[in-house]
Amino acid sequence: MATETTDVAGTCVDVGGSALGMPQLCADWMSNQIFWLVVTLVAIYFVMARIALPRIGAVLAERSGTITNDVAAAEELKNKAAEAEAAYEKALVDARAEAGKIVAEAKAEIQAELDVELQKADAEIAAKTAESEAAIAEIRDGAVKSVTQVAKDTAKELVAVMGGSADAKTITAAVNARMKG
Amino acid sequence: MAEEKEGGLVFHPLDQFIVKPLFGDGPVQFYTVTNLTLWMAIALLAIVGVFVLGSRGRAVIPTRMQSIGELIYGFIYKMVEDVTGKDGVKYFPYIMTLFLFILFSNYLALIPMSYSPTSMIAVTAVLGFGVFMCVTALGFILNGPKFLGLFWMSDAPAILRPIIAVIEVISYFVRPVSHSIRLAGNIMAGHAVLKVFAGFAALTLVSPVAIFGIIAIYGLEVLVCGIQAYVFTILTCVYLKDALHPAH
Repeated sequence: MATETTDVAGTCVDVGGSALGMPQLCADWMSNQIFWLVVTLVAIYFVMARIALPRIGAVLAERSGTITNDVAAAEELKNKAAEAEAAYEKALVDARAEAGKIVAEAKAEIQAELDVELQKADAEIAAKTAESEAAIAEIRDGAVKSVTQVAKDTAKELVAVMGGSADAKTITAAVNARMKG
Repeated sequence: MAEEKEGGLVFHPLDQFIVKPLFGDGPVQFYTVTNLTLWMAIALLAIVGVFVLGSRGRAVIPTRMQSIGELIYGFIYKMVEDVTGKDGVKYFPYIMTLFLFILFSNYLALIPMSYSPTSMIAVTAVLGFGVFMCVTALGFILNGPKFLGLFWMSDAPAILRPIIAVIEVISYFVRPVSHSIRLAGNIMAGHAVLKVFAGFAALTLVSPVAIFGIIAIYGLEVLVCGIQAYVFTILTCVYLKDALHPAH
């Protein structure tokens, strides 16, 4: 380095290649620094203003557009889903109502049939009961008649055995009086 | 570069800022291709790499490189829009250029053996005074004499107004000085401190401390590089806002 800088040694660098004072304040170099700074800045400006910034701006705009569109689409789909859900709910409610109606109808029908059958059965039962009652009454009448007959006969026999003779009329009257009591 | 072992602990922390011709020797003319040219060119190439090659795909779903470019784009765009308002957005490419140059120069300068263009006061002075002159000219072009209202506090008490105007004028003209020295000073100081620690690292006794110091200062410099680029840019935006809307 020392050999290299010996030739450069000027007001700012000593023969050993070290700085004399602050290199920042060396007037010999300033024109160089300023020249290259301006060149660099102009280059950066053109690269940024012509190529990079419009491109990045466009990308950012496109992205925000895409996001907005996607959000809108998502909103629409959400609304559709809500609609579909509402339709489903409505269908469910309708189906429930329909089912309830059908059940009620079936119940009413069955009830009606049942009522008819019950009435028929009741009537049959009543008829049977009446028949039975008639039969029982007949039987009872028959039995009472038989008892009266038997009592008369028995009484006539008893009177004959005891040596008396009685006419049928008196005995019958006596038996009837007894049987009432 | 800073260490010269021959005389024991002799180091020159400022030697890293020497401008040297890249090809051959001889005096440094303004057009000479120097180490400064090289690192400015590398910064330019890096910017092209990130912003042009990175966004080559124009992908709606970005690649990593494109994301970085978009992130910086969005960051600076928002800064310009927030600080200067909607009508400042048309100056966005200029501010982006400034920011990218400073940011990339700062960070590339952190590579060992590299050169830091933003540590040169001539460079930052051109940036600072360039911003100052552009903004002042813009202020007069857009607002005419009304631009001077920037210095006249109409809501201050009448007696104080001339005094405030004087202070405002002085502070206005100090702006480019502080604007440029802040950047160059930060970068230069950081690099010089790194070199000093590196020089101490040659001493066996303190080398662990020195190396730890280098790491710590390097970490700090990583922050400073980003922050200084940000500060330079946002101050440019603030000055631009003054030019666009001079009324207080």
